[in-house]
Amino acid sequence: MADQTLPIGGVVDVTELKAPKQTFLEWLAEWFITVDHKKLGILYVVYAMVFLLIGGLEALVIRLQLAIPNNHLVSPQIYDELFTMHGTTMVFIMGMPILVGLANYIVPLQIGARDMAFPRLNAFSFWMTAFGGLLMYYSYIGGFGLYGVGTAPDFGWFAYAPLTSPAFSPGRAPDYWAVALIVMGWGSLGAGVNIITTTLTMRCKGMTLMRMPLFTWLMLVVSFLMVIAIPCLTAAQGMLMIDRYIGGHFFDTQAGGSAILWMHFFWIFGHPEVYILALPAFGLASEIIPVFSRKAIFGYPAMVAASVGIGFLSFGVWAHHMFTVGMSGPTNTFFVIASMLVGIPTGIKIFNWLATIWGGKIWFATPMLFSIAFIFQFLVGGLTGVMLAAAPWDWQLHNSYFVVAHFHYILVGAIVFMVFAAIYYWFPKVTGKMLDERLGKLHFWLFLIGFHLTFDFMHIPGILGMPRHIYTYMPSRGWGMWNMIETVGAFVQAIAVLVLVFNIIVSLRSGKEAGNDPWDAWTLEWATTSPPPAYNFAVDPVVKSRRPLWDLKHPEDPDWKYE
Amino acid sequence: MFTGICKELRRIFVAVGMTAAVPLSAWAEGVQPGTNMFEPASKPAGEIFGLALLVLSICAGIFIVVGGMLLYAIIRYRRKPGDTSEPPQVFGSLQIEMAWTVVPILIVVVLFLASARLIFAIQDAPQPKKSISITLVGHQFWWEVRYPKYGIVTANEIHVPVDKATYFKLLSADVVHSFWVPELAGKTDCIPNHVNTTWILPRKTGLYLGQCSQFCGAGHARMLLRVYVDTPAQFKAWIKNQQKPAVEDPAVAAGREVFMDNACMDCHEIRGTPANGRFGPDLTHLASRDTLGSGTVLNTPANLREWIKDPDHFKPGVLMPAMQLNNKQLDEVTAYLCSLR
Repeated sequence: MADQTLPIGGVVDVTELKAPKQTFLEWLAEWFITVDHKKLGILYVVYAMVFLLIGGLEALVIRLQLAIPNNHLVSPQIYDELFTMHGTTMVFIMGMPILVGLANYIVPLQIGARDMAFPRLNAFSFWMTAFGGLLMYYSYIGGFGLYGVGTAPDFGWFAYAPLTSPAFSPGRAPDYWAVALIVMGWGSLGAGVNIITTTLTMRCKGMTLMRMPLFTWLMLVVSFLMVIAIPCLTAAQGMLMIDRYIGGHFFDTQAGGSAILWMHFFWIFGHPEVYILALPAFGLASEIIPVFSRKAIFGYPAMVAASVGIGFLSFGVWAHHMFTVGMSGPTNTFFVIASMLVGIPTGIKIFNWLATIWGGKIWFATPMLFSIAFIFQFLVGGLTGVMLAAAPWDWQLHNSYFVVAHFHYILVGAIVFMVFAAIYYWFPKVTGKMLDERLGKLHFWLFLIGFHLTFDFMHIPGILGMPRHIYTYMPSRGWGMWNMIETVGAFVQAIAVLVLVFNIIVSLRSGKEAGNDPWDAWTLEWATTSPPPAYNFAVDPVVKSRRPLWDLKHPEDPDWKYE
Repeated sequence: MFTGICKELRRIFVAVGMTAAVPLSAWAEGVQPGTNMFEPASKPAGEIFGLALLVLSICAGIFIVVGGMLLYAIIRYRRKPGDTSEPPQVFGSLQIEMAWTVVPILIVVVLFLASARLIFAIQDAPQPKKSISITLVGHQFWWEVRYPKYGIVTANEIHVPVDKATYFKLLSADVVHSFWVPELAGKTDCIPNHVNTTWILPRKTGLYLGQCSQFCGAGHARMLLRVYVDTPAQFKAWIKNQQKPAVEDPAVAAGREVFMDNACMDCHEIRGTPANGRFGPDLTHLASRDTLGSGTVLNTPANLREWIKDPDHFKPGVLMPAMQLNNKQLDEVTAYLCSLR
């Protein structure tokens, strides 16, 4: 048996790390020049968390403005800038970086590698992403006098042409939007190429593709989506800039261009983008739920197949965002069936998580609480998605608050919940300290209550005919009370996020020591020290199953006997 | 279902709205119904409501079954305190996986067939001979309404007869807008360089509120649309009045002069006068309309005067400039416009 247990590195490495005492500048420089996947992962996550707070603040102002009808808290111009920047921030500057950052940290550890395949490309990708985000926000700073900036984009995150043409958007707002997204796109492409190469070539001995942890599998699928989808957006942005600066007429309807062409370009990127955000969350759930149910994931091959299936389907459903643009009957019908088909692999995923919990011994630690809420909310968000896929009903629901409620159910109820679960789950590995469980539970319950106050009630004004992107509405429409409840919920969520920030600060200073494996988990990252040394593993690990640490802890009943 | 709750809440809510000192709470209140896609008053909206009920009940069934199982699992399979043993490890089951793949496929087939039938039934419905045709043009931030057969041009308020199909040709003069009157029909976009069509067959008379539902710029929130479903007699009378040229009342000749001497005439048309602008709404029968600024405020002389003095006051982002008229001119031009019945 001895030769079948893995020689796992890190734990056997007992040499104490004695870094020379650094000055502040040296410490800072180290973070700037680092090519270590773990440090870059932390940079990604911290950067994204800062923008989570900024994007959240924008959402709070939006909610305050809508809390009562006929409100005049902000002008329509500022309101338009707020919802555009909120959407763009949460998708591009918060969502993708935080998930890529988690992948950056975890994927090499989970596959027993010492770094990403291209460490310098990794650093380049992060700094491009960071620069893009700062460039986008630079559009806020300064007045008209300062090189024409000071006009943030104000045309919605999907920027429908011809609202972005010089005739309707004078000034520099669309330029900031387009250039910043192109720059961030390079970052995402770099990250995608890097993760694909890492997972395909850097796996440790014995780790076949079908033994790869599910989070790593999902990130492989997501990386392919990024590499295929983001160039569509970059191409569209390039065409938009050609229109704006050298008189191209791609989207310039006044000169015969096509507004619908922009919609196709945007959504053929935009729909895979939704899965770029959602699939990593599925991966996180597939890591956390088994550990806290104390059972192996149910139906691993089905989970992999479903993930790949969702990846493929995601490229054939984009025009369900366009049921109202007057496409022909057969076209609409095609996109109805394609969109509904997505429900099958996602259904398989939900059933598999359920079956994993079934018969387990559930440990309700904070990561698990967030994960269970995730399953519920993803179920509801998925079902409202089916409603929206029924094109005739979508003619009613499209662009109403029902849609806003639906996609926040996925983006917040599923993805943000799983990101929080991941933060509680891997924080001990990254810092060596546990996050405080009591604060964690307070965070969870506050966020859960706030989330449901905001987004459950948001469906109703949608049914009552409230379109999105409006800065005010009449009292007699009957939307007021619902919006007031949503606003209260938004503030409860904001308090919950502050609890998380407080928890992180307190735990970093005086958290409980975590040890190498606080959750009694099974994947390779828990085999090394917390935090892991720069080289991750002192000896290259060798694995024989999907749960190498289970094999190590249960030599009498190892997984490789059954797989 | 929701409206009952909403009506009750609305009452509470208005009190809240009053306490928030809002000087501009001058929306076109009073003649305003609410909107609700679950109270259809027209054929396509009614058929969509039927589909919605089907989809909603299937989804509710799935939610109860799956949600119930999840709830059961998290209560039943809690770890008992002090129990450190591991549960039996189960890796999967092909039979179970097959079952929960096949059942969703069957559900998808049902939902797809129901949706597909309705897509073709609504989109490809041929226009009956005895229907009304309207050309609706979206502008930043108002609706141009043309009845080609009757030679009528108006704005923001559509009159249609009950129990008769009305077919819309949807166009846009600038950016993408979207036509949506929840009780009558689902959305169809108004896209520049692209002609769309939609139709309604209203079954109940009354006023139905709609709104632009594709973000189109700063005035998007106040780009409302009102559809009046009239009895045949009312509709006929309305048509007859709209077909007349503008009223010529010598008593308001001074106001007419102000209108024609200023840039008003470059953007607005008043049939039978030199004013023939196409950029803003046609004003030939302005006084016959209930609201100003695309449903923003009630069409009263006081509101009209305030609107002309400073359009931005009621509707921030509106493209009509303040004309810098003095008080006398304002009074005169208001009186003139009020005479255009």
